[in-house]
Amino acid sequence: MATPLLALSGVSKSFGAVAALRDVRLELYSGEAHALVGENGAGKSTLVKILAGVHAPDQGTLTLDGRPVTLGNPADARAAGIAVIYQEPTLFPDLSVAENIFMGRQPLRSLRRIASAEMRARAIELCERLGVPLDPDRPARGLSIADQQIVEIAKALSLDARVLVMDEPTAALSGVEVERLFTVARSLRDSGTAVLFISHRFDEVFALCQRVTVMRDGRWVSTDPAADLSVDEVVRRMVGREVTSLFPKEPATVGEPRLEVRGLTRHGSFADVSFTVRGGEIVALAGLVGAGRSEVSRAIFGVDPYDAGQVCVDGKRLPRGDTAAAIEAGLALVPEDRRQQGLVMELSVERNATLPRRWALTRMGLLFGGAERRAAGTWAERLQVKAARLSDAVSTLSGGNQQKVVLAKWLATHPRVLIVDEPTRGIDVGTKSEVHRLLSRLAGDGVAVLMVSSELPEVLGMADRVLVMHEGRLAADIPRDRADEESVMLAATGQGGRS
Amino acid sequence: MTMLKTPPAARVGGGARLARRAFVVREMGILLALALLIGITAATNPRFLGAQSVKDLLLGSTILAILAVGQAIVIITRNVDLSVGSVLGLSAFATGSLFVAAPGLPIPLVILIGTVLGAACGAINGGLIAAARVPALVVTLGTLYVFRGVDYMWATSRQINAADMPPGFLGMGTATVLGVPVLTLFAVAVLLVVGYYLRSYRSGRELYAIGSDPAAARLLGIPVGRRVFAAFVASGALAGLAGVLYAARFGTLDANAGTGLELNVVAAVVVGGVAIFGGSGSVYGAALGAVLLTTIGAALPTLGVNPFWQRAAVGALILAAIGLDRALAARLGRSLRGRNTHV
Repeated sequence: MATPLLALSGVSKSFGAVAALRDVRLELYSGEAHALVGENGAGKSTLVKILAGVHAPDQGTLTLDGRPVTLGNPADARAAGIAVIYQEPTLFPDLSVAENIFMGRQPLRSLRRIASAEMRARAIELCERLGVPLDPDRPARGLSIADQQIVEIAKALSLDARVLVMDEPTAALSGVEVERLFTVARSLRDSGTAVLFISHRFDEVFALCQRVTVMRDGRWVSTDPAADLSVDEVVRRMVGREVTSLFPKEPATVGEPRLEVRGLTRHGSFADVSFTVRGGEIVALAGLVGAGRSEVSRAIFGVDPYDAGQVCVDGKRLPRGDTAAAIEAGLALVPEDRRQQGLVMELSVERNATLPRRWALTRMGLLFGGAERRAAGTWAERLQVKAARLSDAVSTLSGGNQQKVVLAKWLATHPRVLIVDEPTRGIDVGTKSEVHRLLSRLAGDGVAVLMVSSELPEVLGMADRVLVMHEGRLAADIPRDRADEESVMLAATGQGGRS
Repeated sequence: MTMLKTPPAARVGGGARLARRAFVVREMGILLALALLIGITAATNPRFLGAQSVKDLLLGSTILAILAVGQAIVIITRNVDLSVGSVLGLSAFATGSLFVAAPGLPIPLVILIGTVLGAACGAINGGLIAAARVPALVVTLGTLYVFRGVDYMWATSRQINAADMPPGFLGMGTATVLGVPVLTLFAVAVLLVVGYYLRSYRSGRELYAIGSDPAAARLLGIPVGRRVFAAFVASGALAGLAGVLYAARFGTLDANAGTGLELNVVAAVVVGGVAIFGGSGSVYGAALGAVLLTTIGAALPTLGVNPFWQRAAVGALILAAIGLDRALAARLGRSLRGRNTHV
């Protein structure tokens, strides 16, 4: 093959005593999509930040078109034609969509003034190319995560990048949106862009990429043509061991109704949602992004108010919009956006883990560090949270470990009803199956689990029943034995009838 | 799979209207409060709208408005400059001393020197913040005392009087063009230039981006340190300019000029709708906030209100402004979230 467009060789990077990358290599070719897979903490995000010019490697070389380059800062990387879409959108909430797309590269007119009209027109054009007619003048604040991702992609598109790096861009997207993103990525690839695609979803990796690089523990493991690999093989290389089952839902005795939702309605978000979750049951709430699933779960937990309907736990009606009463009644919610809603990023692991229970841990109204540490330690151990010290800030942990802390926080309250919103979003395979095993075990203990998820394999593997939402209404209630990809997708896109 | 696409025309523009309405409501709110205040005061005491009174009002607003414009630049980047009062004092005293030492100096040169002196103070602030990575609140709280201390040492309880300054310079403090004081024209010019720059230049927009999300700004390669440094230099320069104008207006100078002004400035900016955590607001709002605060100060005595209540009124106004901002933000957020599902 020809010279790689972009090549890294012998790249190492350490943060303090922690080696994030050791002797990593990577070659990206023009017109090719290259997948980078590995568990959380394998060093993928560090590699991305090196390509983006955020971090400088301690050792190793980077060549572009065969010539060594130094990417001293993100502007250098952009000038070299490298566009990066990060895992978590990095938008400016106060600025308009158009400004977010073009920040730092706004089209100019005379006297170096910003050509606002041109910028607006190009933003509209980009959004339409992506099939999402976003208003270019609205502020980014309040955009759904999927729409924020669209803005990120538009930003990368506007660069006419030679190298497009996508760090888990699909984690928050639904099927339609992923397909749209892939259409764009394919057309870029076919017009000569080198694409680096990082994902935990293997179906996507194999659908888009010609080549797969596997990393483990900061080291390069292998690079092979995708055609020569199977999912099992990739997973084996990633974890360095066989993973028996991704979705180990064990059968549990279904008990009394634990959570009953009747006629729940919030104007503009969802309408007339009724269902029951029994103890020992895992019920999945499926649907496209924007169907109102997260909104329903937030309303049940009392974060948002609702206009009509009622929520009962163990036959007792919950007051609406009262989170404290919901926790009191035994509800727990693991939110979708763990950085924003699930964790206090600056606080330590132990503080986060004991936050909802801090009253139970007090003595005479005072919180003692010892009690906190012991309680947090127990759960960190059970969930195998990988943190150097429990007193470290949560923001220093990897995504999978952050999710474990959120889970630890709520599991410690011994919930009777657990609502999890996208529990494995952006989490590596190993942690994923740990989370699944945990949910399964909780159901076995008689907890009613309501799981909001966009990943079909997860829904089908874990759920005893699948509730499908479409445009704010329940479109279907499918029992485990009749649930398959087709029946769920049909209902989610509004094609299927109520079964 | 079928895609449900709303026709673009139906959605494009809605958000803009919404955002623009919020902006207009915000600035209109201040204008309305201002009109109400002036109306009531004038109804009680018609002399409040007399030529001299209006001129005093404008002159009084001018210095605060210039400081508010500089402060707004800094606050937009999610920082704050508490040293502006001291910088103003230093620059005012420097102006007086210059005229004492060299009475023949051309006025534009003196204005330039005052502004550069302020910019140097701003550079010290910006440099400390960038180099030491210490929050601006702490650094400028420190330099507030340092600059004032330098001022005291320099002045050594001397006082410079109007007689020490050339009449041409003092005349600038009272001269009017079509009834509008020249100093006010200065402020308006500064306001328009800064407002246009923040709206129409890349580096101006980057100041908003930095305030909106500093981490994202860094990821994008925006030179955050340099921009914040420049914002402090600008704020310092405007405080320096305000110091020269202060000297022209009051004529009598000692080391206490501008003491305690910084909180008025921050109040004006907040009342004017600049978010204290950065990223949004305009210098026009900040200047209007300065005019409103000054008008309150002038109107309440006219209305026979106990001076004690003046401070309380300013406080209440700040709380009302913050309340209004929260309510607007919440409403805007709700309606933006609602118009969001497109698949």
